[in-house]
Amino acid sequence: MFAVLLLAASAGYAQETKELTVFTAASLTGAFGEMGQMYKNETNISVAFNFDGSQALRTQMENGAYADVFASANQKQMNAVKNDGLMNNSSIVIFTKNKLSLIVPKGNLAKIINLSDLAKPGLKIVMGTKDVPVGDYALQILNKLGNDSAYGPDYKTKVLANVISQETNVNYVVTKVALGEADVGFAYVSDITKNLTSKVDKIDIPDEYNVIAQYPMGILLESKYPLQSREFMSLVMSDKGKAVLEKYGFAPVAGVAAKTAGTAMAAAAA
Amino acid sequence: MASNQADIGPYGERSLAELVNQEQEIIGIPSRTREVALKAGLAFMLVLAMAFIALPVVALFLRSPLDTTLRSLHDPVVIDALRLSLTTSTITTITVVIMGTPIAYVSARFQYFGKELADSLIDLPVIMPPAVAGIALLVAFGRMGIVGHYLNGMGISIAFTTLAVIIAQVFVSSPFYIRQARTSFEDVDLAFENAARTLGASRVYTFFHVIIPIAMNGLISGAIMAFARSLGEFGATIMFAGNFQGRTQTMPLAIYTAMQGDLDVSLCLAIILVAFSFIVIFLVKTLTRRRVHKNAGN
Repeated sequence: MFAVLLLAASAGYAQETKELTVFTAASLTGAFGEMGQMYKNETNISVAFNFDGSQALRTQMENGAYADVFASANQKQMNAVKNDGLMNNSSIVIFTKNKLSLIVPKGNLAKIINLSDLAKPGLKIVMGTKDVPVGDYALQILNKLGNDSAYGPDYKTKVLANVISQETNVNYVVTKVALGEADVGFAYVSDITKNLTSKVDKIDIPDEYNVIAQYPMGILLESKYPLQSREFMSLVMSDKGKAVLEKYGFAPVAGVAAKTAGTAMAAAAA
Repeated sequence: MASNQADIGPYGERSLAELVNQEQEIIGIPSRTREVALKAGLAFMLVLAMAFIALPVVALFLRSPLDTTLRSLHDPVVIDALRLSLTTSTITTITVVIMGTPIAYVSARFQYFGKELADSLIDLPVIMPPAVAGIALLVAFGRMGIVGHYLNGMGISIAFTTLAVIIAQVFVSSPFYIRQARTSFEDVDLAFENAARTLGASRVYTFFHVIIPIAMNGLISGAIMAFARSLGEFGATIMFAGNFQGRTQTMPLAIYTAMQGDLDVSLCLAIILVAFSFIVIFLVKTLTRRRVHKNAGN
């Protein structure tokens, strides 16, 4: 048994071709998939992605999973990895923004029109757990709504009573809605990809209640390919990369954040 | 072996006892050394295997000091998961025993057309990966599922409820009880059954007053195995019943979810389940051993 394990391990090392390992928030699945292909076309280095909830990726890295780049859907999980001393702190940069949206199965059988409908008894809602960014953001939105007199103090309790499942990453939220097993889900605006437009519809959450999700990414200290990792990050922040992100519904970073990106690039060049 | 046989040649005409003595004198020491080496090798492998299993279990306890574990016991996530797991697994076990006992008896005593197929089907969930069970249950009983679709029309929804947790558990754990019960019934000597019947007892009376008491230990250990399997159910549950604290988040799901947030909570639940697993193994071993002794006594 041990011999087999050893063999398997050595076989793994034997075929060591250059490959970037990028731990990516699940909401970036589509966009970063394309990014990886673009990077491969330009550099001939392939990118292996691990798409999952940012909190799941954090847990994996904390327990020894190897990654070159970590792209998180919120600052909280990035800061956690940073505080563990695993990140190259100067490489961290906010590279894109996102916001939340309600998604309903095509046809919207539960007839959800606005946010107050979420409190209707018997509705089936899916959201993220409190630790996955998409769930954390959804709770922030519900708190804002609960503090608004238009929705009333028991609004949040009523909505949470309708939650049938808390998923560990946003893709599971989207799948449950797309399958029609839930009436409505809290997801990102970026989640309504082309293949999904036939299965789900989007209901906007007004900006006054919505939250702006800031996505940081950075290079891990243990990265064997810091140079290539920087190239990959530059590609994500290039005009081409931004175009891909925008195609998926992400919003570009403006002003201050872009400047941080600039310093990071300068640091990369240094 | 071959060389030993060749050695016999010269001693061919001597008595057998002499031959054996000679043989032992000549090959005694090296064979004893070989024996010792073999035993040492086996002992080493045994220790290695034990360490391989014991180490992670010990690590759980080392990583989580007793006071942290005790503190986590008051965490709502832990309390809810514990309560939900115990209730659902208990209901599951009762359901499996009620449904499974007649099935196991029929399978042990009767031949009928398609029996092989029926028996294989009953055992299938043991082999089937829980994730497969989860998605299969969802496309069957989910709101858009082939049966769930009609149920939903009648206002009944199963998926993502506590009922779905129980259904998933019954699906995966029933074979653990039925297999054990089948064996226990097969072990009951037909003579007892026939004696009761010739004395005028009805089939049903014989079943409850003769067969069940004899098979009891086996049935109980089967029920404990089913209970343990339900308690550990993860894949089918998270896919078919979802993950919601207090309603569908059983202990394994809570361990998985909490590991991404509060590791202490995760470890506390893991330790409870480990402790429970030990109790289960101990109970099942004691019960089955007693049954064997009884049979030997008979």
